[in-house]
Amino acid sequence: MRCEDLGETLAAAVDGTASLDTVVRTHVDHCLRCQADLVQYRRLLKAMRALRTEVLEPAPGLLADILATIEEVGERHAIRSLLSGRRAAYLGGLAAATAAGAAGAIVLTTRSKRGRLPLAG
Amino acid sequence: MTADLAELVALAKEGDQQAFEELVRATYVDTYTLALRLTGDEEDARDVVQESYLRAYKGLKRFRGDARFSTWMYRITANCAANQLGKRVKHRHDELDDDGAMIDDRPEHDPEAQADAGDLRRRLTSALAELPPRLRTVVVLRDVYDLPHEAIAAELGISESAAKVRLHRARRKLRERLFNGRDTGEEEQAHAV
Repeated sequence: MRCEDLGETLAAAVDGTASLDTVVRTHVDHCLRCQADLVQYRRLLKAMRALRTEVLEPAPGLLADILATIEEVGERHAIRSLLSGRRAAYLGGLAAATAAGAAGAIVLTTRSKRGRLPLAG
Repeated sequence: MTADLAELVALAKEGDQQAFEELVRATYVDTYTLALRLTGDEEDARDVVQESYLRAYKGLKRFRGDARFSTWMYRITANCAANQLGKRVKHRHDELDDDGAMIDDRPEHDPEAQADAGDLRRRLTSALAELPPRLRTVVVLRDVYDLPHEAIAAELGISESAAKVRLHRARRKLRERLFNGRDTGEEEQAHAV
């Protein structure tokens, strides 16, 4: 086994998500070069994790820009909701008026039929 | 997620615009930090952050709350950054060859200056900036922000195994860069087949 072939195998094993197979492990156990690489990978991983606490401050104005964009989208959404609400109310009113008209027509028809029956006899 | 953030998310999901704005205030520096690490460019990072919050605002009702809000934002940011980097490649014809050697001809980054600086964090930041974007994105999301391989692959639109390959390649390149490792790109290419 050549140390050069193990570069990415060691890189994969350093966080514990991949394990070294027996042949590789045996090689690493007896190879100071690979052990040194593994130590460097561990240092690298530790340094990477430490970056998590580092904050990079944005230039002024970013927050205002984000909020302005959100506000604009929110307003558009509100207007759309309002318009679709009005449309629904209009359609609802139209449906109610149609139903009332139809009911009225039925009542009138029924009454007029009842009124005509005695005359027919 | 902290109780405050959870409460704000719940209110924002009910349509409380003020609550969403509070969420932005509480998280935007963190989101910007990630965006800058991924893109390596302040202007791109600002665009990515704006786009990320816009998407979060529009998609908040789909956020189930089983992950932390910040993790959800990281995923959105990763996706937006990948798109932004794609645009950059289209417009600027950036070189994205994973195996390309990291060339750094800035005098402040010569080996002697590095040895003098002796600051691992600073050298790491510099080495990250020099990585090809597709490698940098994966290694930052995994090793700095602890996102699972599956989530990284999903947000970048690649397979999980491709995400792992990129991660290991990125780690190898960073190690070489930071610790003057024994392998060079050419040497590895010679042994690649």
